Amino acid sequence: CARAPMYDFQEELVIRPLHSGDIYASFQFRTVWDADFMGDQKVSHYRLFPKSLGQVITKFSVRELHISFTQGYWRTMQWGQPYLPSPPGAELWVWFQDTVTDVDGTWKELTNVLSGIFCASLNFIDSTNTVQPSASFKPLGIGNVTDHSFLRYATLPREIVCTENLTPWKKLLPCGSKAGLSVLLKSEKLFHSTFHSQAVHVRPVCQDPQCRTTSMELRQTLNVVFDLHTSGQGKREWSLFKMFSRTLTEACPLASSSKVYVDVTDNPQVRPFELSPATPLLTQAVVLGDRRTYSVYDLTQQASFGSSRSLNMLLRWKAADGEMLRPLLHSERYVAGYGLQAGEIHTLIYNHHPYRAFPVLLLSAVPWYLRLYIHTLTVSSKGKDNRPSYIHYQPSKDRERPHLLEMLLQLPPNSVTEVTVEFERALLKWTEYTPDPNHGFYVGSSVISALVPSVVAMDTNSTLDRPLFSSFFPCKEEASYFMRVYTEPLLVNLPTPDFSMPYNVICLTCTVVAVGYGSLYNLLTRTFQVDEPSPGLAKRIANVIRRFRGVPLL
Amino acid sequence: MAAPLALLLIVAVTIRAALFRTSLANLISERVEVVSPLNAWKRVVEGLALLDLDISPYSGDVFHETPMVIYLFHFLMDYAEITFMGAGVKFSSLHLVSQFRKQKFALEADRIPMDCLELIRSPTEMYYIPLKVAMFYLLNPFTIVSCVAKCTCGLNNAVIALFILSTMRGSALLSAIFLALATYQSIYPLTLCVPALLYLLQRLYIPVNVRRSSFWFYTLQYLFMFLGSLLVLICLSFFLLGSWDFLPAVYGFILSVPDLTPNIGLFWYFFAEMFDHFRLFFLCVFQINVFFYTLPLSIKLKEHPVFLIFMQIALIAIFKSYPTVGDLSLYMAFLPVWNHLYRFLRNIFLVSCVLLACSALFPVLWHLWIYAGSANSNFYYAITLLFSVAQILLVSDYFYAFLRREHHLTNGLYLKKKDGSEATLVLK
Repeated sequence: CARAPMYDFQEELVIRPLHSGDIYASFQFRTVWDADFMGDQKVSHYRLFPKSLGQVITKFSVRELHISFTQGYWRTMQWGQPYLPSPPGAELWVWFQDTVTDVDGTWKELTNVLSGIFCASLNFIDSTNTVQPSASFKPLGIGNVTDHSFLRYATLPREIVCTENLTPWKKLLPCGSKAGLSVLLKSEKLFHSTFHSQAVHVRPVCQDPQCRTTSMELRQTLNVVFDLHTSGQGKREWSLFKMFSRTLTEACPLASSSKVYVDVTDNPQVRPFELSPATPLLTQAVVLGDRRTYSVYDLTQQASFGSSRSLNMLLRWKAADGEMLRPLLHSERYVAGYGLQAGEIHTLIYNHHPYRAFPVLLLSAVPWYLRLYIHTLTVSSKGKDNRPSYIHYQPSKDRERPHLLEMLLQLPPNSVTEVTVEFERALLKWTEYTPDPNHGFYVGSSVISALVPSVVAMDTNSTLDRPLFSSFFPCKEEASYFMRVYTEPLLVNLPTPDFSMPYNVICLTCTVVAVGYGSLYNLLTRTFQVDEPSPGLAKRIANVIRRFRGVPLL
Repeated sequence: MAAPLALLLIVAVTIRAALFRTSLANLISERVEVVSPLNAWKRVVEGLALLDLDISPYSGDVFHETPMVIYLFHFLMDYAEITFMGAGVKFSSLHLVSQFRKQKFALEADRIPMDCLELIRSPTEMYYIPLKVAMFYLLNPFTIVSCVAKCTCGLNNAVIALFILSTMRGSALLSAIFLALATYQSIYPLTLCVPALLYLLQRLYIPVNVRRSSFWFYTLQYLFMFLGSLLVLICLSFFLLGSWDFLPAVYGFILSVPDLTPNIGLFWYFFAEMFDHFRLFFLCVFQINVFFYTLPLSIKLKEHPVFLIFMQIALIAIFKSYPTVGDLSLYMAFLPVWNHLYRFLRNIFLVSCVLLACSALFPVLWHLWIYAGSANSNFYYAITLLFSVAQILLVSDYFYAFLRREHHLTNGLYLKKKDGSEATLVLK
């Protein structure tokens, strides 16, 4: 007999004060639904899972879907690593199930439908900005897929995120924006921030430890960084009300768990900030290779709200912060060269680990109008040549597909690796330019995926009492963690023709061709003759009369 | 004869070798007037790099050379500079042109009115023509920059020179093979089939008459040899790389002009500003324009196939889809052969001034558009137009002078009107 599908909804907010004085808030809303999308049974009863997304997943046979809309660029060196990285603009990557026969056609339809659901211009995703990565973007859910022909990845770096994108995103939540953590999501404060990113991740997950049945997990995440000076008025004191102009009054009734975590990791002696209202709950988690301590507010407990029936956390700083843990992997990208004919793309990848080298996968998708010359690709670390062990390069086809360059690079410890490639700028047809051609053309962010060995969680000196047979290999939990780093998008100018001139150009060029035609026609059809001057008008009339009379002509 | 030629060769090789060693070589090989997407050296290196990465060079849109060129440079990569210099030197072996002139002179000596003797060139004059041709080619600044940039149109020019040489010698098979090679590299030398045929027929004293069976017999023989060699070359290319990818990448690219990189021709800006609706129509018009003058010119010049070859090469260089200065230098090298026409040329001063001015303005206006940002594409486009008009004037001027000389050779040099006064000659 069929079991009624089980749902589970969890919501969570993590507040992490950043070293630079800014504050980072990350919302995650997770719906798990154990309907079997990959099976034959038709799914028709939706409760917590949004119907629009469910229909999209069944109709287009989507195994995994990851879409993000980001405004702003994540400053890794000042803010550390985000919990969920995302590139500026819109990014969409999808794993289709292996029952799909025409992946490109399905991709095109999917992008158009998602464009309608999220009110974004995802219909600009076409074959000229879609790539098929061969090694990056492995599935994040369960799945043993190795055939990358079912994967599609596209970015729109020019996409702007605004309230029109937030509203349909909020509609996908079970409680909407009426209860629980989503009441904090008000657009006038959210978009008045340095960094704003909202994402939807759908993937299949295991239901039980033996993974006999699978369920579909939908995670909606929203990351926002509020700036000390623009939102904080320069004072290093943050509260929920200051950040979101709202306070929390209740948990979402449909949620099985609704928690707020505040990152209170600090050196044991002195805590730099004071958190009120105090909470006895503390939890520790290893995230991004670092063991962090969090104060937890459980919104399903009525006690959290206190006597005023509203929860407004206040963080007040008394002393300066300690040292920020330097992110181990960090990258930059820029365009070098001058003029509108050629240029070079430089990607710098920094490995700040003191003694470990590790490999990274670099994925670059460059539009076709910047013609890359792969023979000019140089990779150098610490001044010496560093050959990548795996290169997958798919050259572009004009107006059909972009360049795809994927490389596996080994980064030496404590070094900077520079990847350089030259390109030539193409002149496009006058209809292919955007209405503001002198703004330039965007090149989407490069993606660097790596398993980074953690500095903090590794422990080679055994001060703990452990049996020798378990402590030979230096390995603790979370000894290495997966990280994805996005570089800056590039803005490149292309040479432009004069847009006011199509008719003039056609006329002038055809004139030149006609000059050639005319001169040759003259010389081909005429012959040389001695120039006899023609008689005057009087003589000609007289000749005509004489001809009639039959008299010899003049 | 051998000593001045050897001296010339030494000077030419020295200039090229000296320029190869300077930093100018890199600068010149980036210039759009000298290289085009079809024959740039950077793209040849890119194609070889793609081949090394086990990717077909034609899977992208960067490489547009024929497979034979890939394999040629696969082996000659380190000797590239010497290859290009050798190609230029080969060209100078065109001393057989003088043989043609002697033959023609013998044919016509008895048909000419007495007063035209001054129009006929003396054998001593003709003795120095090959040296002048070699000089015009090897010391032409266009040729020098084209060689220093390692543009593969130097190789194309060498093949066309070999074709002309074998045609002059009367060897139909070699002529067909070299013509097939030239057509295989870029489609346009196809039009040279007709003048080659006319020359070979003339040499064998077969009259060009559609009713004669001997004419058809020889024509079909030649065409069979030409098409056969072309087919062999294309099949060889298929076996070299194992796929037919090169057909759309090479010939489709030449004919459909997808890449709008600026060059000295007329196509790029025209198709950059073309309305999409009419693109195919104008593409066909412009491509037909190159081939279209073959038939009328060959009817008019059927007695003079060598001049027809010159006209065809000139028209190809002006109207082809991706011209470079290397193509120009090919027909300019032939100008000394016709220097007896000098007295009938009307616009030569204007044309040479315009050509010099345009050659100087091309890099200036390119810099202003691309680097300084103070001019726009219209400036460069205007110079392109002017350059093409000057070349058209040059070619039509030589054609006029040639026809006029022929007219004088049949009708006498000093013509008189009916009333005995000196006549002027006009085209009517």
